[in-house]
Amino acid sequence: MNWKRKDLLGIRGLSTEEILFILDTAESFKDISRREIKKVPTLRGKTVITLFYEPSTRTRTSFEIAAKRLSADTINISSSTSSSTKGESLKDTARNLESMRPDAIVIRHGMPGAPHMLAGVLDSSIINGGDGSHEHPTQALLDLFTIRDKKGRIDGLKVVIVGDIAHSRVARSNIFSLKNFGNEVICCGPPTMIPPHMETLGVRVEYDLKRAVRNADVIMMLRIQKERGGTTYIPSTKEYSALYGLGRQHVETAADDAIIMHPGPMNRGIEISDDVADGPSSVILDQVENGVAVRMAVLYLLIGGEA
Amino acid sequence: MKTLIRGGRLVDPKNSIDGRYDVLIDGTIVKEISKSIRKVDDGTRIIDASKRVVAPGLIDVHCHLREPGFEYKETIRTGTTAAARGGFTTLVCMANTNPVNDSRSITEFIVDRARAEGVCKVLPCGAVTKGLRSEELSEIGEMFEAGIVAISDDGRSVRGAGLMRKALEYAKIFRLPVISHCEDETLSGGFVHEGRASLLTGLDGIPAIAEELIAARDIAIARYVDSPLHLTHVSTAGSVEIIERAKRTFRKITCDTCPHYFTLTDEATLTYDTNTKVNPPLRSQEDVSAIKEGLRKGTIDVIATDHAPHELTSKDVEFDLATFGISGFETALALSLTLVREDILDLKGLLMKMTVNPAKLLGLTAGVLAEGAPADVIVFDPDTEWTVDRNSFASKGKNTPFHGMTLRGRNLFTMVDGKIVFNELG
Repeated sequence: MNWKRKDLLGIRGLSTEEILFILDTAESFKDISRREIKKVPTLRGKTVITLFYEPSTRTRTSFEIAAKRLSADTINISSSTSSSTKGESLKDTARNLESMRPDAIVIRHGMPGAPHMLAGVLDSSIINGGDGSHEHPTQALLDLFTIRDKKGRIDGLKVVIVGDIAHSRVARSNIFSLKNFGNEVICCGPPTMIPPHMETLGVRVEYDLKRAVRNADVIMMLRIQKERGGTTYIPSTKEYSALYGLGRQHVETAADDAIIMHPGPMNRGIEISDDVADGPSSVILDQVENGVAVRMAVLYLLIGGEA
Repeated sequence: MKTLIRGGRLVDPKNSIDGRYDVLIDGTIVKEISKSIRKVDDGTRIIDASKRVVAPGLIDVHCHLREPGFEYKETIRTGTTAAARGGFTTLVCMANTNPVNDSRSITEFIVDRARAEGVCKVLPCGAVTKGLRSEELSEIGEMFEAGIVAISDDGRSVRGAGLMRKALEYAKIFRLPVISHCEDETLSGGFVHEGRASLLTGLDGIPAIAEELIAARDIAIARYVDSPLHLTHVSTAGSVEIIERAKRTFRKITCDTCPHYFTLTDEATLTYDTNTKVNPPLRSQEDVSAIKEGLRKGTIDVIATDHAPHELTSKDVEFDLATFGISGFETALALSLTLVREDILDLKGLLMKMTVNPAKLLGLTAGVLAEGAPADVIVFDPDTEWTVDRNSFASKGKNTPFHGMTLRGRNLFTMVDGKIVFNELG
């Protein structure tokens, strides 16, 4: 197929064909990161700006490494170095950046829809690096890539997502992609962290972690979104941990070849125990590695065409 | 100066008239209404209204004219010009100006400005509490003397049932209706309706119960102290149900809704268009259906605009940061006429909710087109198609989610106290 989109704003709206195309493209890039010389000239002369209004280690570094391995020039702007502190609007900041002719802007923003707003006014490709509680499409893509790598398929699986579903863009993007491929998705967490109408997404809600993870093929753990008021939805992290912290006893009731995922950053001892995070079922570091390949694929598809 | 509006279909819901009549206006008063007025004095202006509807000027019980304090959003002049275009001849403007209309001097300022600059009639609504802060009552009596016709802390609810009780009791001295904006702020705090659309967009939700809890609370208080209460911009199925039940045993409850609440659903917010951001938020399809049913059954008495003009820059930002509100004067009639085409109301029933019922709520003699009444008259074409172009709005507020949509029905002529203030009849 031919890639037609200018932007990657979310998983919702992408066809399975498009998603598979990204995953297959990522497959061909994964190898580059394992070579001695980890660089190809594919995006030479292209400029990628990462515009991050929220803190990030993994996602921003991953995008930067992905761009650099494809020989693109990268510039990182974070909220502390941007003009937002001087009162400039997001649109104006973006328009100014666009005047410097970047090819892609990766934006992370605390408010849903911020990337969509930019996509409407800029010619550069906009990549959503996470917008509020809305979407985090490259995370869902790298998760899907990892699942396919480990399980050999991305359909007909029982996937349990545990934690603060309401405030998680990772949960939303993963629900959209996993349902799109016909998986069974169970969301587990305290009811205060599960938004109403989840059933309309074809998702089952389960408040009991033990029941939720039984025979699961994939368990995705989320962290409490402290910056989005996450701690006011539970009496204490101690109680949360007792009810929704994933331990070995849970993993033992899951499918034999179950995998444990976490988008990071992890709060060890709260949502996940050390022995699970570091155990044989954990694919958490594979996710990070695959993230680079998936983001290389996304950059390549969006801006790798004819100059 | 005499004006003869000839050949139109006169719809006057107050007197249950719907038929072909000529209307003769002399000075500021309707002089004669009869089947055919042939003999007219020299110099009488003749307005050809054939194939059009002639009706009493519309009354809007809820709008924001932004003056004083927010003249960059709207002024009394631009707001009343837009209202007159839309077919409104009398407006009630809310108190959330800067300074807040919570004192005699601000009320007097608005009344004076309206007299000097207003294209149609402006009746101020006073704040229930000083500074809209829900701490102590405003000097309602002083504002009453200066000309307020209602009190409301619109934009938010009066926090604390005890204070709301005092307001409802105190307003009885002046027979002023209390207009309640229903929103429990411990439950709201979001930007769109909490429902399927908010689940998809990740935007923080405002649940329907945030409105319904205060509707139920204020009704209970009003009933207890036996005071009239008007619930404004009702938007949820639950509110309609609560009001319907309350009205069976307590007659002093009235309510209004706005055209956007029976036209759009929360689906409109899926594109993050900040022009769809309004408080209360656009609700679900189920709510929209219930609002229409409430209008049909008479549970909802009044259609108001909640005209809330904003400067472009306040909408040209992230959805979370954008202001709430829709510029409504210039689309209200066309959107409301959809109810007639959908057989929810007949034309008389629709105009009842935009003339007679608002007049009754406010204790006005307006809202009627009869011999001897003030000549507030509009002429509109209920069927003509037109495309909404926000840039052609007379209002400074270009914030409409209806930009580019084709609507049917358009006001063509507005007369206020015998003076033609808008005329596109040619």
